Amino acid sequence: MLEFDGLGFSHDPGQDPGRWLFRDVSHKLAPGEVLTVLGPNGRGKTTLLRCVAGLTTPTEGRVRADGAVGFVPQSHHTTFAYTALDMVLMGRVRHLRALATPGRRDHELAYGALGRVGIGHLADRDYPTLSGGERQLVLIARAIAAQGPVLVLDEPASALDLRNQGRVLDLLRGLADEGLAIVLTTHHPDHAMEIADTAMLMFGGTDVRIGPADELLTDSAVGALYGVRAHTLVLNEDPGGAPRRVIVTRYDQELPS
Amino acid sequence: MTTSAAERTGARDHGPEPAAAPAFGRRRQRSALIGLPVAVLLTGVIALGVGRYTVGFDDVVRILLGQVLPIERTWSDTEEAAVLQVRLPRVLLAMLVGAGLAVCGAALQAVFGNPIVSPQILGVSSGASFGGALAIVLGLGSTALVLGSFGFGLLALVAVFATSRVRGPAPPLTIVLAGIVVGAFFSALVSLLTYLADPYGELQSIVFWLLGSLATATYGKVAVAAVPVLLGGALIYALRWRINVLSLGDEDAMTLGLRPRRLRWLLLTAVAAVVAGAVAVSGVIGWVGLVVPHLARLWVGPDHRVLIPVSLGLGAAYLTVIDTVTRNLGVAEIPLGVLTALVGAPVFLLLLHRSRRRMWSDA
Repeated sequence: MLEFDGLGFSHDPGQDPGRWLFRDVSHKLAPGEVLTVLGPNGRGKTTLLRCVAGLTTPTEGRVRADGAVGFVPQSHHTTFAYTALDMVLMGRVRHLRALATPGRRDHELAYGALGRVGIGHLADRDYPTLSGGERQLVLIARAIAAQGPVLVLDEPASALDLRNQGRVLDLLRGLADEGLAIVLTTHHPDHAMEIADTAMLMFGGTDVRIGPADELLTDSAVGALYGVRAHTLVLNEDPGGAPRRVIVTRYDQELPS
Repeated sequence: MTTSAAERTGARDHGPEPAAAPAFGRRRQRSALIGLPVAVLLTGVIALGVGRYTVGFDDVVRILLGQVLPIERTWSDTEEAAVLQVRLPRVLLAMLVGAGLAVCGAALQAVFGNPIVSPQILGVSSGASFGGALAIVLGLGSTALVLGSFGFGLLALVAVFATSRVRGPAPPLTIVLAGIVVGAFFSALVSLLTYLADPYGELQSIVFWLLGSLATATYGKVAVAAVPVLLGGALIYALRWRINVLSLGDEDAMTLGLRPRRLRWLLLTAVAAVVAGAVAVSGVIGWVGLVVPHLARLWVGPDHRVLIPVSLGLGAAYLTVIDTVTRNLGVAEIPLGVLTALVGAPVFLLLLHRSRRRMWSDA
């Protein structure tokens, strides 16, 4: 369970009106719920995630979680060339006593997590030599090995190829179905529609809309959010199955603002 | 250390493909952990045998074993005195100081996420050397020298702690800068002392000691150094896996559930104790703490579970070899610190040039 209540962040709250990146953001995630945050660059998506993960102190409001919040940053580099396995093992630090080193079970969990994100074969590779997408997968594996009840991911699909995007979305949905509460940011409405229960659209300042993903994510809302023309396509991929709705944007035409 | 067999089975259970060739093989790590103690022992035996009065290596082993086992006496009193009274305390001290400084270097490089820092960076070496020099100038005995090194070494740490922690948690760079400032301050004080010292008496002993030397080793000094070096070293060793997590940076460590500040200060205190202990008995011996962890990292990779013990063994062997060279190279003894710098600086430049991209991805 993850709850944030009246969350607000401003670099300059004293001013009137204070320049709020976002304000009055409240939501309660049940176990198994996926919340997807959408919004243009600079609207504070990452700041919001950092507040939720406890890395940034919000100007207003508070965050409550039923345990450790795992955080997967968008990009990441290390000073030392640890192997992918060593990186994932470090996810176990919360579960080990102060003077302990990871044991057999921790190694099994780490290998299991690497396998689960589909990069078991990279276990002995040096983390800095991996591609950006592979590094992201290692960090997701690390968060899985940490076994926390809440997972927060900043654009987890941003550096991944098309196949791995699908893999990660499947994986996140699967983790949620096992009972994790998951918050992620994305710029792809399709990703949100694929796995999210709840969507958050950051229009800026106090205009933050939260609601069921399938209701909130319409072409007009997405178009207005990013200032582009957006259309809905309905695909009948398999006959007899439910049709799938996707939102496509026209990149050559900006919406008159 | 876990068994590789278990790890490989785990890999097969979950990974669709066999593990790719490891960059730093686990076999390499294991061979280092098994081979190093043997190498350190051999280095010790050689160092005990070599000198102005040569003792055969077999006799060295027999003399050592004769202390605990009933062995027929095949060696002379002179040989026994050379090995046990003259050389053994010196070799033990070299091992203790070398291992301690190397472990401190490895720990500090991880704490600051910066492979260029070394024990001197904290300012503890300078603080400790001022304390020791003060005792020499005041004409106090060796006990005061040791205590002075301790006291001012710890004072330097507290000064670094106080200046870097003005508001909120201190970022690593602030600690480094504070350490440089505090170190410069104590270096200036040491310079002042050399100016005031009697050029025909105290000055020579100060300069000799400041350059780093193990020439005055005694069992008493071994005992004095052993306490802080072993205590601090044991703490660093016990925390060696957490050092991995800390080296990722404060934010990463926090999201993984580690309290970075607490662990950092715990490690810094341990480092200060080891460095103060080393400086008190041997003066300022530079470069060991910088070069040895780099060599160790090239050998076994950056995982501190292995890197810390390998640095320990490598540091002990390295300083023993260098010290044996200093006392055998010329008629007069070359100060140890001079030789570690002469060897260390070029080696470090070479390492820097060859392995910049491999050792850390600073780009």
